[in-house]
Amino acid sequence: MDLKSLTIDAARTAVQERKTTALALAEAHFARIKREDGQIGAFLTLSKERALEQADRIDRMAAEGKTLPPLGGVPVGIKDVMSTRGVRTTAGSKILENYIPPYDCTAVARMEAAGAVVLGKMNCDEFAMGSSNENSAYHPVRNPRDLSRVPGGSSGGSAAAVAADMAVVTLGSDTGGSIRQPASFCGVVGLMSTYGRVSRYGLIAFASSLDHIGPLAKTVKDAAIVLRTIAGRDPMDSTSADVPVPDYVAALDRPVRGMKLGVAKEYFGEGLDDEVTLAVETAIDKLKGLGCEIVPVSLPHTPYAIPTYYLIATAEASSNLARYDGVRYSRRARGVKTLSEMYRRSRDEGFGAEVKRRIMLGTYALSAGYYDAYYLKAQKVRTLLTQDFDEAFRKVDAIVTPTSPTAAFRLGEKSNDPLAMYLADIYTVTADLAGIPGISVPCGETKEKLPIGLQILGKHFDEATILRVAHAYEQA
Amino acid sequence: MKVTDKDVAYVAELANLELTEEERAGMLRDLNSILEYIDRLNELDTSDVPPMAQVSDRYGVDVSKQGSARFAYASREDILEGLRKSLPHEEALANAPDADEDFFRVPKVIER
Repeated sequence: MDLKSLTIDAARTAVQERKTTALALAEAHFARIKREDGQIGAFLTLSKERALEQADRIDRMAAEGKTLPPLGGVPVGIKDVMSTRGVRTTAGSKILENYIPPYDCTAVARMEAAGAVVLGKMNCDEFAMGSSNENSAYHPVRNPRDLSRVPGGSSGGSAAAVAADMAVVTLGSDTGGSIRQPASFCGVVGLMSTYGRVSRYGLIAFASSLDHIGPLAKTVKDAAIVLRTIAGRDPMDSTSADVPVPDYVAALDRPVRGMKLGVAKEYFGEGLDDEVTLAVETAIDKLKGLGCEIVPVSLPHTPYAIPTYYLIATAEASSNLARYDGVRYSRRARGVKTLSEMYRRSRDEGFGAEVKRRIMLGTYALSAGYYDAYYLKAQKVRTLLTQDFDEAFRKVDAIVTPTSPTAAFRLGEKSNDPLAMYLADIYTVTADLAGIPGISVPCGETKEKLPIGLQILGKHFDEATILRVAHAYEQA
Repeated sequence: MKVTDKDVAYVAELANLELTEEERAGMLRDLNSILEYIDRLNELDTSDVPPMAQVSDRYGVDVSKQGSARFAYASREDILEGLRKSLPHEEALANAPDADEDFFRVPKVIER
């Protein structure tokens, strides 16, 4: 079976019509992982037993002539920040090296209830903190398009696995761009929905007011199918919104003619690579050719997004990561004599450099005497950034931007300069801060054959519109 | 330099981190470089801007209400059985580095 063109519908239909089995599909993917993943490094843990049990269940349904659920028999990967009952979940960190969750993340449970076959857990930056996947405590992920380059981060394994056909779709998480930027670097589709659209229950917390779960997929339609599966109110997450979930798939084919698309000059400034500019401008022309009206909009506070993000995200992280204390779960340092020594040494040994840096920055920003100057200031600028979008969306239906200022960079290129690494998220953090949805779709390549991503941002809870624009662009 | 050696030591203590000499030196350099960049926020006058802690008070809420009443949908009755049972002891203790049958075990807590 050709895994390259295998989409959700193709896989499900083949299993339903008994042209293949869910078991054979899972085995074919495991074989490909065995062959390819040694050099890519996208998986941290394989969940073979769980996958084969689920595949068997789906095959029995198909054999009995029952209609398969929407993801029936579809092999998927789950970023290792989502809890999976009985399957090791590390968050890419040594501190959770032996953690076996006693329950499932809601998004994972919903995927499996819809028939998905979970192949394993995807590599990522430690606690989802990073833009290159080089912060994984286990091993970096390499970009399947060019093994000397990073796949982006933090959902680098999730993006690389889809790009290398080691899974049909994967789940990733996005706090500052961690789904969209790796999707852009690896040439796949990445969707972050509105904050609260998808339950965060069972997602290992990084920054609670910014964390999102979403799909990385080969096509926009596949991303829509996954969102339809995982979206919706969950009583286990009080921030999951009580807003009805529309049929995203049914809305895909509605025409985009007459739709107003905003273009903000703030997303085409200093630091944007020439080849990326050209690709995105060409994509915008194509959308114009489809009958969309291009409208200039202004998002004047954009230059303040990165500093705002790095205060809010680190402040929340410093609080969330206080739970790793070597008591209930997480690794404990050996030979410690007192409780406080145990806390400090367990955390010292268990956390990597970037995680410690962010805990320190966040703790500093929240500490007495600095709270108003840093954390409160950032919360106020977050209001301004959100108002920018409110204003722009009074005039347009969606906003189109580059996903990342450059194509994939080389391993080691930015790993010694935290600030340079942070700037890789310059076009993605704004949506997380404002809580609006965004999708990245491939829009061409550089001369070196590296993928470039087009980002489409939408109004709160209007994923249907950005999916529709992305789908129209992809199909044109 | 905004952050000093002393600040790094103090913040590390607040965060329950110890850090090696080398890590402290790196932290001093990185925090100062990041905070210098962050200082551009001071170009903005935010004296009349309300802070934003979350985005979820705008959608799916009862907009006619204020405060926590807006989020009535998010509250539920306490349930002992049903939505999620408490974990059995052995499961709750399974990931602990040190435990007996009933409790997590830690070094003595008398002295700090």
